[in-house]
This record gives sequence, C-alpha cells and structure tokens, in this order.
Amino acid sequence: MFLRQAWTIAAKDLHSELRTKEAWNASLAFSVVILLLFSFAFDPSSEQVREFSGGLLWMTYAFAGALVLNRSFAREVQNDCLDALIASPVPSAALFTGKALANFAMLFAVELVSLPVLVLFYNIPWSASMFGPMLLVMTLGTWALTVIGTLFSALTVNLRLRELMLPTLVYPMMIPALIAAMTLTTQLLAGDPIGTGLRFLTAFDIIFTLLAVVFVDTVLVG
Amino acid sequence: MNALEIEGVWKYYGDFPALRDVRLKVAPGSTLALLGRNGAGKTTLLRIVAGLSKPSRGSIKIQGAEAREESTRRRIGVLGHGIALYDELSAVENLRLFGRLYGLPDPRKRADEMLERVGLSRVRDGLAREFSRGMRQRLAIGRAFLHDPEVLLLDEPFTALDDRAIAVLQAMIAEMRNRGRTIVMSTHQLREALELASHVALLQRGQIVHAGERTPQMVEDTGWLYRTYGEK
Amino acid sequence: MREKIIIGLALFAGALLAWNMNTIFTALPDELNQGAIYRIIYFHVPANILGMLGFGAGMLLSVGYLTTKDLRYDALAASVTEVALVFASIGLATGSIWARIIWGVWWAWDVRLTSWLVCWLIFGGYLMLRRAVEEPNQRARFAAVVSVLGTVNAYISYKSIEWWNTQHPQPVLSLRNGGGMAPGMEAPIYWNLLALACFAAILVMVRVRQEAFAREIDTLRRMVHAQ
Repeated sequence: MFLRQAWTIAAKDLHSELRTKEAWNASLAFSVVILLLFSFAFDPSSEQVREFSGGLLWMTYAFAGALVLNRSFAREVQNDCLDALIASPVPSAALFTGKALANFAMLFAVELVSLPVLVLFYNIPWSASMFGPMLLVMTLGTWALTVIGTLFSALTVNLRLRELMLPTLVYPMMIPALIAAMTLTTQLLAGDPIGTGLRFLTAFDIIFTLLAVVFVDTVLVG
Repeated sequence: MNALEIEGVWKYYGDFPALRDVRLKVAPGSTLALLGRNGAGKTTLLRIVAGLSKPSRGSIKIQGAEAREESTRRRIGVLGHGIALYDELSAVENLRLFGRLYGLPDPRKRADEMLERVGLSRVRDGLAREFSRGMRQRLAIGRAFLHDPEVLLLDEPFTALDDRAIAVLQAMIAEMRNRGRTIVMSTHQLREALELASHVALLQRGQIVHAGERTPQMVEDTGWLYRTYGEK
Repeated sequence: MREKIIIGLALFAGALLAWNMNTIFTALPDELNQGAIYRIIYFHVPANILGMLGFGAGMLLSVGYLTTKDLRYDALAASVTEVALVFASIGLATGSIWARIIWGVWWAWDVRLTSWLVCWLIFGGYLMLRRAVEEPNQRARFAAVVSVLGTVNAYISYKSIEWWNTQHPQPVLSLRNGGGMAPGMEAPIYWNLLALACFAAILVMVRVRQEAFAREIDTLRRMVHAQ
C-alpha cells in the first residue's frame, strides 16, 4: 500500500515533468554549461585534470541537481496542491518517498547525459569495465543528494526566500556524500580500484533516509 | 457517535491564540454553516479538522477517530481556497490521480462519472491550465467529492464561483445531504449557506459564541445572527 | 536578580581572564618549536570546546522542543546555537591565524579545521533559516529539524573528511605537537575555558531575554492585526 502510494506520487511527478520538461531542460543545459565553464578554468588537456575529474563531475551534478530538487515541492505550491496531498490518505513518508524516487530518476537521467559530456570534453580514457562501478557510485551518490534535497525542498517550500534557503541549507549537508562520491569517481576514472568510500556513501544514505522519513511529517504538518 | 467532535481546541501563532477553547459537536447528517468575519479563525479551524495542521491543545475526533489517521482521511473531502489541481495534467488525469491516491477500487470509472456530473466530459482531455476559471472550479468540486466522502469540509466554497459552478456545487451538496453525509461549510456569504444549512456556529476572535440549529429567522434576516451574538 | 547574576559572572570572568592573561603572557616561557604564537591555543581550544558543547546542547534542546512544543526550549536552543557559532568563528579565526604564522598558509585542509568549517556553515544556515520563517511555532519546528540533522551531519562530515585526508595526505596541524604539553602549561587552557564559559553564559542569558521580548512583540502585533 505504502509503495503503491509512493509509486503513484512518483509517477505523477515524472508524468508532469515529461509534459513540461522544465526542470529537465534547465538542469541539463546548466550542467553542460558548468562543464564548459570549468574547461575554461582548467586546461582540459593537461594530465592533472584526471585528478579532479571526479570532483568536477559531482559539483556539476550537485549544482544542476539543485534545480530539479527545488522544483520537487515547489510544483505543489501552485494551486495549493500540497494541501490536497497532505489531506489525502497518503502518509507523509509515502509522499516523501514518491517525490524522492521521482527526483532520483530525474537527477540520474541528467547525470547519465552529463557523464559522456565530461568524458568527451576532458578526454578521459574510458573503458567498459568502468561502467558498472560508475553506475554504483552514481546511484549511491545521487540518492544521497536526493534524500537531502527532497527533505529540504519540503521544508523550504513555503518560505519567502525559498531559492536562497534551499542551497544554503542543502550544500553543507551534502558535503560528506560529495566527498565520498568525488573521491570514488576520481579513483574510478583514473583506473584505480575503488576503495572504502562506498561504505561511507551507503552509511550516509541509510542514516539520512531514515532521518528524512522520520522528520518529514513534522516538517509538512507539525 | 458524532460525525465531528472538536474538544478544547486551541491554536497558537507564537503566543497569540487564533483559536481559543473551541468546542463543537456536529451530528452525523447535519450541514453546519460556520460563520464569522475574516480573521475569526474559520480557515484555521477547518485546516486543523482536515488534518493540515495540528492544534496546540485539544483534540479533534472525526467519526470517533483521529483526524490524521489514514482511514479518517479517506473519508474526508476538502475544498479549500486553492483549486488543488495540476495545471499540466488533463481533467481526467487529475481525477484519476486523486482516485488512486484515495484508494478507489476503479479510479477510471469514477473519474468518468464525476466528469459527467460536473459537466466537463467533453473537455476531459483538456489540460487544467487551459480551462476557464469556472471550469477549473467545477473540476475542483469534482475532485473534492470524488471519493464519496462521509464528511465534507468546505472553506468558503461559494466565493468567486460562476453561476454554473454554483449550481453544480449546490446540487452536489444537496445530494450529499440527502444521502445523510455531514457537511461543514465556512462562509461569510450568508444566503447560499444558510439556505443549505441545518445548523450554524458563529466564530468570533477564535471562540465559538453561538452554536445551534438554523432557524428560519436567520435565513430571512441574514444579519440577525451577527447582531445578536456578535460584537457591536 | 538576573542582572545581578550577569554582573557577577562578568566580574568573575573578567577577573579570571585578566589573571590568566597575566599568566599566559608573562609567567610562561615561549614554546620550543612554535615561538610566541602558541599562546593562541589558550583561546583556540576553549573556543572550540564551547562551540562544540553549544551545538550539542542546541541539538538536545531542539529535541526538547520537538517533544514538548514549548517555545522556551526553542528560545534556548536558538540562543545557545548562536553563541556557539560565535565561538566557532573565534575557533576558526584563531586556527587560521595560527596556521598562517606557523605554516605560512591562511588555511590548511586538516581534519579539524575543515570539518569545523562545515559545522559552521551548517549552523550558519540554521540561523539564516530562523530569519526566513515568520511564524514562531513553524520557525521552532523547522529550526529543530535542521539542528538535529545538522548535528548528525557534522559528525559524519568529520569522519568523512578524516577519511578523505587518508586519500589526500595533508600537513598535520596539531597545536598540541602530537602529545602533550608540559603540565604547567596546560592549566591556563582550563582557566580560560571557565572564563569564556562564563561569558558564553552571559551571552546566552541576554539572547534568551531578547527572544522573549521578540515573542511578546510578535504576539502584540498579531493582537493588533486581529482587530
């Protein structure tokens, strides 16, 4: 039941997004622009770029992701849809899970497109064996961003300064996950085996998913 | 068992009491007109009953159960100030969505029935944002009544409706009443509400200053209630 | 009565601080490796300790609000966190100055300094959030959630930066030079801690009083608007 309700919410969000493609377009364009800007900042052909390829990638993901995450609950404010959702039999935790799943899917899609752009721009030697581990890191890292971003989207949705408050609150909280994801990705793209960072990401994901599910009702209702 | 029991409810904004010791019992099958000036606390009270916010003190029981329980929310219908519809979805998609959220056995069929009922069958595939204001309001009414709620909470429902929407709403409220459902309607448009109501309650500065049956005198002389129980 | 406590504390702390400064600057010799600058530790360490205690206390008080919904918990949580942020700023600044003098860099990416900065950002966000929410109960609720999540996050940040440092070796910044100071030199840290704790207590008391006034003004304003 819970999963079915979460799924309905997720499907609605994705359906709406597919119709308008607002967040998708903005997010994708933004990520390509950031990668481009970074390539002016650092010489893409130098060997040292390999060392911060992971960092570059995840910073791009974090910034572009903020656009999607902000939209998550913001789309419910228009027409007072959020009230209708809260008044419905769907528990806050299911509402949160549904939105998080939808956000995850959208973020992941943007990331999948941005990754080849990075590999292209920075001439990163790519081998097929990297694909599996890369997907794993992307999944764990993106879920971390999603969980934090979705919860704080719910928190900041009715605030006057929503666009300002969401990044201010969210980015410091994402730091542990970003550190782990960046390091793992850099190791991966350099051809090294990935190390203990996976443990961090997994722990982060579990802890904050639990915290988010526990607190979301307090945030939405009281 | 009462359809609605509000017991000792206080709601504070900061230290300011927007609702003070509100006590109200609504019998099943009655239609309550909740009256009061702007700022009296009608919306605040309805939001608490609908489960959208929690009271600072006191309790709300809907058919004997807590307002926030899932089974309770399944039986409540809410029509608030906003239309609560997704602009980028079509009329039928909106209704099917809420049908699924409310766990209806056949959301598609119910959505079709409701569209017929509110007179939007012909534009069922039109996006909500393309509708005129009156059409959006009728769709919103459809959404609120979709799951055949036993208790209906309507916050100033007649405000800014066009004629066709008013007709649809009155018809649906009348039908609900005839089927023994409970309706709580806040308003300061007295005439339409008082005609439909079986009981009235007057809220003033967060307190219930009068609650009782609707008398013919109230309908004939709509200002009487305020003059008698309200402030000068 | 309250004023008397504040004045009493201030005098006591002031005297303690003065006496301590005397000890620090005149009685103790310069440290072997670091020269005169090591004296900054007598402010850096107490400030950091108070900051951490403050954030931790803020989290507990936030949980207190969430369970009781009593706004006084929130007022105390906000005051304690804000004062802790001040001490965290002092800790960061003194750490940076120390690094500059000893290592020639204004910033060193060692674990403690970096994770302390992350902590500062998290709770800076907490204060910013408080200013963005108008209704007191909602503000208390949101702030409490951020405080709890932020504290958990700060701890995880510390661990992850520690891990990150193992991947990217950094100069090890240690004001204690790996192990300890001569016994006579440690005492002033604790005296300073006491003095600064007294000042912290004063600041918290003043801040809590401010919060109470703000609540009263808010209530009066709502009463006027309800007319």
